[in-house]
Parts: sequence; structure tokens; C-alpha cells
Amino acid sequence: MAIATHAGAPLTRTKSSQAKRRDFLAWIALHAVAIAMAIGFLAPLVFVLLTAFMTDQQALTKDLWPQTWQWQNFGAVFEKAPLLRYFGQSLTYSVLSTVGMLISSVPIAYGLARLKWKGRTWAFYLVIVAMMLPPQVIAVPMYVLWAKAGLTGTLWPLIIPNFFGDAFSIFLIRQFLISIPQSYIDAARIDGASELGILWRIVIPMAKPGLAAAALFMFLRTWNDYFGPLLYTGESPANWTLSVGLASFRSVHQVQWNLTMAATVLVMLPVIILFFFAQKSFIEGIKLSGVK
Amino acid sequence: MSPWIIGFGVFFVYPLLATVFLSFTSYDLISDPIWVGVKNYVFMFTSDPLVWTAIRNTTYLVVAITIGRVGYALASAMVLSKVRRGSGVFRTLFYLPALAPPVAAALAFVFLFNPGTGPVNQVLGWFGIKGLLWFNDPLLAKPALTVLALWASGEIMVILLAALLDVPTEYYEAAALDGAGSFTRFWHITLPTIAPVLTFAVINSIIVGLQYFTEAVVAGAVASGSSDAVGSGTQLGYPDNSTLTFPMWLYQQGFHYYNMGYASTMAIVLFIVSAIFTVILVRQLRKSGMTEED
Repeated sequence: MAIATHAGAPLTRTKSSQAKRRDFLAWIALHAVAIAMAIGFLAPLVFVLLTAFMTDQQALTKDLWPQTWQWQNFGAVFEKAPLLRYFGQSLTYSVLSTVGMLISSVPIAYGLARLKWKGRTWAFYLVIVAMMLPPQVIAVPMYVLWAKAGLTGTLWPLIIPNFFGDAFSIFLIRQFLISIPQSYIDAARIDGASELGILWRIVIPMAKPGLAAAALFMFLRTWNDYFGPLLYTGESPANWTLSVGLASFRSVHQVQWNLTMAATVLVMLPVIILFFFAQKSFIEGIKLSGVK
Repeated sequence: MSPWIIGFGVFFVYPLLATVFLSFTSYDLISDPIWVGVKNYVFMFTSDPLVWTAIRNTTYLVVAITIGRVGYALASAMVLSKVRRGSGVFRTLFYLPALAPPVAAALAFVFLFNPGTGPVNQVLGWFGIKGLLWFNDPLLAKPALTVLALWASGEIMVILLAALLDVPTEYYEAAALDGAGSFTRFWHITLPTIAPVLTFAVINSIIVGLQYFTEAVVAGAVASGSSDAVGSGTQLGYPDNSTLTFPMWLYQQGFHYYNMGYASTMAIVLFIVSAIFTVILVRQLRKSGMTEED
């Protein structure tokens, strides 16, 4: 995944000094733009972090730098809202969804990528249609269905469907599986391996990077989800996730920007940590999702 | 296959069909649905006082987010494709905001853009631009949300960057030998080569724009300063319904007013519009032979 290696290869080795100067100026301009953009992406996070360390009073001023570093703000937010419980709910939602997705979506993706059957292409189109469907479109009948099952007020309506396959994950894993050479699969088949055996012993070990990417995206999508938990647990604060809890955090303490920003930092932190541990898988997954 | 057939039936086909049915009924979740024919559809297009506001807002956001997101992501990807020293660091920094939970990002931006003490207005103040109200101004709330979408455009950027780096360097070398300038090279080599990925980026952004919900709900609620719980509806679309999107109005109708028949009608309209763009994407897939990989 050496992204930057063959970019902008020098065209000729022998250049006039004028051309060299022009190249140097272009280099300066390019890096100036890159740095300006990097500041644009980073500055909001920095301002949020700095404000999270201020006192109540200072957060209401124009100051950008904390006079004193109020580390206790990050403790205080746990007293203002049951963030740990929200954290537990978010973790339950994300982990169970990811596990369910992996169990259910891998065989389906394999079927779409590697088995030949009539209607396979159309099944793939249906996966794309399901992937592109705004969640609000089917919200009413789904809510009615889960209300009849007595599960509204909990996160189960959001977790259970993932045990039956998730369109985006199926799509992502399929994109990865089609890059596995068919010869490996054919060789195993000639050796008399069953389809399930091929899937378990050949395909899954080779597909690990793709599965890791799909799992990360599932985790991220559920962790960041707001519409789903709001729809099903909006009236049941005991089952709120971090997203719903954070959205309501300021309504109780609305002018305390320092605490609100501290809570914001705490909610962003797990995702950022996850990214730094699994950056490669993230980038791999995004590239897979880019339909050509 | 069988678990997926169950899943597909219960969680996709059934709710779609049920939505079609419910869109012709009056239904409040407690008593049985009552068939009302096309009354909901007529109401939506002739009498609902806010649906056109919601449609206008969503259209605005779809256009602004698509142009802004794809344009900015393309610009940042092109910069990244040329930077050699520290490209990994730059890529990480450009991508990082895309991971931020939308609720947290919206809270952060309401703070950054707050009219009195926010850093954005302070910086603008250095250039003599003063007193913009951003999330408290019906004209500027949507542009502020658009900036938020640009900030989080990292995924599209990574996809476009991969496509840019896939353009064979020989093409550029050949063009340079022919004396083509950088604009000519971009227009005649880069754009045509990455066109399929660009189409995906555009359609993906349109779909994101069509279901735009979280950031608008949170930003409106926080900026309004109301102490009601977010999502309770009283501050929905603040200021002056300027951030009321179509999915938000659908949610409000269905799950606060319990007009579930009418919410289904709105859902069908949303489905038809998003299906049009999905069909365009699928056609593109067929054309580029993505489905006939072996």
C-alpha cells in the first residue's frame, strides 16, 4: 500500500536552472497548500481540546488557550451524565453488531463472489440497492414490527438484523473476495474439499484484511450511529448510547462549553485510538468501497 | 444463503412493501391502519405547511454537500498525490475528521461557529468580517453545515486518492512530451481515467445528502439554546426551519405526531428519489463490467 511512491515522477533528469527554480517554487506552493489544508482539518479538534481544559468562566470568553489546565473537567463530565453506562451500551451495540455481521455476511459475500449460480448478478444489484437505502425509508414498519415484538426501548432492533447480513459489509467483503485467485479454490475443490471447508480453510484466512476492514467499518458505523438509537431508545434514557447521550448532554448544562467539549473529546477518543491501531485496514476498506 | 433470504425478506422486502401499504393509510400505531387512498399524497403536495421547506432544505444540502464534498476531496486528494515527503502524515490528518461521530462533530462546530466567542468569528474578525450568526442565522446555518461536511470528507478523499494514483504515469509522461500543460493533462488524462470513481463519489454524496439528519438535528437543538432533550422536536429546524431536512420532518411526523401513514408517504417519496440515483450507479457498474469479474 505504498501510496505516494510513484506520484509525480521526475520526467527528465537534465533540466535548465530556470526549470529547476520553477519546480522548486511549485514544490513550495504545493506544500504550503498541503499544510494549510492540514491546519484546516486539525484546527477544529485543537480548539475543542483546548476548550475542554478551560474553566467554566474562561470557556465563555474569547480566549483560545487555557489559563490553567482543568484536568478535572474530564472527571466532572462523568458526574453530570452516566457516560460509562452510555459507553457500555455503545460497546454492546457495536460489538454484537460486528460479530453478527461477520457470522452472517461472510458466507453471503462468498456466494456472491465465488459461487456460480443463476441470478447472482441480480442478487448483487439488490445488495447495492439495500446498501443505498436511506434508513428512514423503512423506519415506520420496522418500528411497528419491533414494537409488536416488545423490543422497542432497547438496542436489539438495531443489533438483531446484523445477524442476518448487512448490505454494506457484504458488498465490502465481496469486493475483497473477488481478488482472491480462483486457482486456490479450484485446487481445494479438486482435492475434494466441501464448499464450507473451502470457505473456512482457504477463503477466510486469505480474506483476513478484507474482513478486518468490514469489521472496523461496522464498528465505526454503529458507534457513530445516532438515528437508530434515537428512534428505538429515545424515550428510554437507561438504554441510550454515547451518541444519544452526548446530544442530550448540553440540554442539562447548556452554557458549560468546557464540559460539553470535554464530553465531546471523550466520545471521539475511542474512534481515534481505534484508527491509529488499524489505520491500514481503514484505508484498505475505503478503497474497496470505491466502486469503479 | 437461507439466513440471508430470511433477513432480506424480513428486514428489506417486508418493510418496503409495508411502507407502500401504510402510505395509503391513516395509522397511529395504536388502532389498526385505515385505508385513505391517495389522501396522504395529496396532503403532502398541497397542504403540508412544512414539507416544501423540508424539500428545499434537503435539495440545498444535497447540492451543496455533493459539490463541496467531491470538489474539496478531489482537491485534497490531488495535493496528497503530489506530496512526497510526509504524505502518510498528511493523509492521516486529512482523513481523521471523517471518523468523528457526527453528534460530536456537530457539537464541536456549533461551538466553533458560535457568534460571540467562537474561533471562526475571531479569525474572520482579523479580516474585518464581523457579527456573522452562523447556526443562529437562517441564511448561514446550511452553509455552516456544509463546512462541517467538507471537514468530514476524508472517505471520499481516500477513494479519489487511490484512483489518482492508479492513473498510469506513462500517460502523463507521453502528454508531457507532447507539451501538454498541467490543466490539459488534468482535463484529458486525469478526469477521464478517474471518471467511474468520481461518479461513485457523486452518487455516494447525493445519498448522504438525501438522508441528512444527525448533524442538522443536533446543531439546531444546541444552537437554539433550548433545554428540551434533543430529538423532542420543539427546536427542530432551528433557526426558522432553515435546517429542517426531509428525513427530519418524516421522523417528526412519524414518531412524534404518530402520523405513521403520512410518514410512510414521505418515506416512499424519499425511496423513489434515492432509487433513481441507485439505478444510475448500478448502470455504471454494468457498463464498467464490475459484475463480470471472472
